Amino acid sequence: MSNVAEFPLLSLILFTPLAGAIVLLFVNHQSTDKIRWIANIVAGIGFLVSLPLWFWYEPRGTQWQFVERLSWIPSIGADYFLGVDGFSALLVLLATMMGSIAILSSWTAITERVKEYYVFLLLLQTGMIGAFVALDALLFFLFWEVMLVPMYFLIGIWGSDRRLYSAIKFFLYTLVGSVVMLLGLLAIYFEHHAITGIYSFDITRFHGLDLPVDLQWWVFLALFLGFAVKVPMFPFHTWLPDAHTDAPTAGSVILAAVLLKMGTYGFIRFSLPILPEATATFVPMVVTLSIIGIIYGALVALAQRDWKRLVAYSSVSHMGLVMLGMFALTPVGITGSIVQQLNHGISTGALFLIVGIVYERRHTREIAEYGGLSKVMPVYAVIFLIMTLSSIGLPTLNGFIGEILILQGVFVVNKMWAAVAATGIVLGAAYMLWLYQRTMFGTIENPKNKSLPDLNAREVATFVPLIVLAFWIGLYPAPFLNRLESSVTYVMSHVNSTYAPQNVEAAVEMQVRGQ
Amino acid sequence: MPPGFSAADFYYILPELVLAGGALLVLVVDVLTSRQQRPLLGWVTIGVLLATTLTLLPFSDVDVLASRGLLAIDGFAFFFKLVFLLTALVTVLMSSSYLEVEGLRAGEYYFLILCATLGMMFMASGIDLVTIFIGLETMAVAFYILTGFLKPNRKSNEAAVKYFLLGAFSLGILLYGMSMLYGLSGTTNLRELAAVLATGESSALLIVAVVLVVSGIGFKIAAVPFHMWAPDVYEGAPTPVTAFLSVGSKAASFAMLLRIFMEGLPFLAEVWQPMFWVLAVVTMTFGNLAALTQSNIKRMLAYSSIAHAGYILIGVVANSSRGVTALMIYLMLYVFMQLGAFAVVVMLRRRDVVGDELKDLSGLYFRYPVAACAMLFFMLSLGGIPPTAGFMGKFWLFSAAIESGYIWLAVIGVINSAISLYYYVRVVVFMWLREETLGSPIVASPAMALALTVALVGAVIFGVYPGPLFELAEASAQSLGGVITGVGVSSF
Repeated sequence: MSNVAEFPLLSLILFTPLAGAIVLLFVNHQSTDKIRWIANIVAGIGFLVSLPLWFWYEPRGTQWQFVERLSWIPSIGADYFLGVDGFSALLVLLATMMGSIAILSSWTAITERVKEYYVFLLLLQTGMIGAFVALDALLFFLFWEVMLVPMYFLIGIWGSDRRLYSAIKFFLYTLVGSVVMLLGLLAIYFEHHAITGIYSFDITRFHGLDLPVDLQWWVFLALFLGFAVKVPMFPFHTWLPDAHTDAPTAGSVILAAVLLKMGTYGFIRFSLPILPEATATFVPMVVTLSIIGIIYGALVALAQRDWKRLVAYSSVSHMGLVMLGMFALTPVGITGSIVQQLNHGISTGALFLIVGIVYERRHTREIAEYGGLSKVMPVYAVIFLIMTLSSIGLPTLNGFIGEILILQGVFVVNKMWAAVAATGIVLGAAYMLWLYQRTMFGTIENPKNKSLPDLNAREVATFVPLIVLAFWIGLYPAPFLNRLESSVTYVMSHVNSTYAPQNVEAAVEMQVRGQ
Repeated sequence: MPPGFSAADFYYILPELVLAGGALLVLVVDVLTSRQQRPLLGWVTIGVLLATTLTLLPFSDVDVLASRGLLAIDGFAFFFKLVFLLTALVTVLMSSSYLEVEGLRAGEYYFLILCATLGMMFMASGIDLVTIFIGLETMAVAFYILTGFLKPNRKSNEAAVKYFLLGAFSLGILLYGMSMLYGLSGTTNLRELAAVLATGESSALLIVAVVLVVSGIGFKIAAVPFHMWAPDVYEGAPTPVTAFLSVGSKAASFAMLLRIFMEGLPFLAEVWQPMFWVLAVVTMTFGNLAALTQSNIKRMLAYSSIAHAGYILIGVVANSSRGVTALMIYLMLYVFMQLGAFAVVVMLRRRDVVGDELKDLSGLYFRYPVAACAMLFFMLSLGGIPPTAGFMGKFWLFSAAIESGYIWLAVIGVINSAISLYYYVRVVVFMWLREETLGSPIVASPAMALALTVALVGAVIFGVYPGPLFELAEASAQSLGGVITGVGVSSF
């Protein structure tokens, strides 16, 4: 096999954070600076070793690249099987980048139990990367669940206010969803055996499987529960505002930027290609929930007085858009959905960092406590402005590319859906700009805000990669779209057997040239 | 030598003979040593258990009937005997410091532990109702005494009396059911019984017999509604005994259950499968809901152990080779996680701290991070979160249910395991997020450290690389019911 990696790159990316966590365990918990340095260096290395996924990935190469395969539990046909396509490669890069940014952003924010904090962040990192690179369903599930415990602790120990409540809520919601998802995966596993006579958890084998339609229904619903909680889709979203609000900044950043993508990744990797008939059947349900999510999330965000909660609800709205684009089941819609997932990671991740910075200085998230910050924190205000515009989809910034692709993909299927989605985008502009106006403009009325220091070099450093990416995707998205082509073609050809692959390139390229 | 016996019969029960001889040796050593040399007894017991394990190893591939068809020396028995010996080993390791703190006589204690193990081994090998019952009695009597071993402690005495009375009553019911089976078939040998009864029509009397046997075994595995004794006994008994009881006795009773129903009554599957279905659902749901509100760790672990009996019953309901394999794998993994959790509780017992309330765990992480991390792992494992061993066990059980078409049972099972996480995580909250409590320092004796290490290594290794265990269990499960008739598990 030509696509089998000679060098176990994915394993290296996967286990670098874990190795770092193990090293940290042996460091004295009182030498906090040493711990911080080690964690940052490990995260930096973790990002660097993932860069070959960008440079060495061949957009026109085989479907699965950097493949590694070792026998794991032969008696049940589970393998240590890793590999990426363009989609998961980009998500891995997002995870390693956001991971190192989150770790860098925690330098002064975390002063208690520093060692455990970084250990959990690094463990979380391994879980996230593992879920994206696993091509074995059991391995995928293992990493999927591994994420739960570190995140629980991150919220429960270093969170604010009602942290224990939020942590257990996050834990139980996600857990219920994922155990039901496991049953769905098991059903596929046994049906795969019934059809082929082989016990295997190989996801790529699942993709070609022609499952009976009534079974597809049940499996789709089971997987849907697992993924929809994670996305989160209305009405499974209620854990998200609590978890986001009470999590420490780095936790929110990781949660928004990477963890939520687990759900959408799951849909594209499992539900769509394995269960095409059920997918088609459930389009109305998913689309309805997505549209409710878009509008509901935006309206609730408008009503928030808590800065962080506002960003959290904006996530519900944005992820609704991602789901809508995906379930348009057109190549352009799915491409847009994936691009928008990356965009959401970049913009919302940055917005949580932005809230974190003032929270660290003032220890309040009440929007009313702020106002006129642009006078004392000009650099901060500029960065916040860029990210606000990126989030609401201003042309030249990343959000625009994702939204326009989604809208176009949806438009050809149903004009009504596109109209509602566009309304959601307008509402998005409203709550974000209003937030910006209330916090940044005007005069400083609260004396506590008068002497707030602007960003220091470390804090600026956390934003630089995000700003670069926001402009890069906004101005020249071709390298990203190239990498997604084969993934989208692959999904489309499974979800729609009459689909002719050449359409995707033409459609996407036309779109890119058009804008 | 009695007619029908040969020297080979003694060879096949060599591990049991070694164990019985070792138990007597412990009593002799107890008499010969002074009070100061007590710790020696623990190591003698461990030596006996290791020697038994060594003599057991050659029997991994054996598949014969010994002692005039009273005992099946097969892979199934081999696997369960390994489970029992491992359980006993870890229990003994965690007992020595506890005995010292409580000021208990070590000689009788270890002797009784070994006797109980001996009984369990005969329960796993027994292929005749009489052998199985004698094994069960040997185990049960040892446990009655062990439960009341804290003589000045009223809770312990109450637990012993309760356990004895209810135990005797349930054994009576079981025996009554067995006698009816004998009356209907004219044999106590399970395979002959299957052959005789399978040809006849299923009478109402037969159903009654099955119900009685199910009730009797239900008591032993603490399935709801036969669980009433469990929380009180678990709370009152000395903690290492509770650990031994909740793992060893449960595993042995499941071995007996499988032998009786899959070897003896496979043709009645339509009758007992629904019974166990209901028992499984009620047991796991009730166990988990009751555990939610407990503030005493031993009681919580008691209810959690009831819930686990419910999960394990899924393997019986599935009534397939995968189900049996799943059940065996789960019991083996359960040894590590449950004993590990109990080991931590035992360690908390100090001169001035009883250590079995949840609040005694408060802030454990700050003073004893290793113990707290171990406990975290055991709790996650009991809750079935990967990458711990408990996940692999649940994975097998639920996949067995799905394969046999019991989708709803699997759904109820996974929802239950999600509920259970709430109280397992609560333990973690106490250890990591509460202020620490005072009390004399916790000292882990070398034996205790070894017990924790064994449990932790098992819970970690089998969570990440369970392949060899799976293969052993699959191979062992094949031997159930296949020796004489040549009927494999697959034909169920």
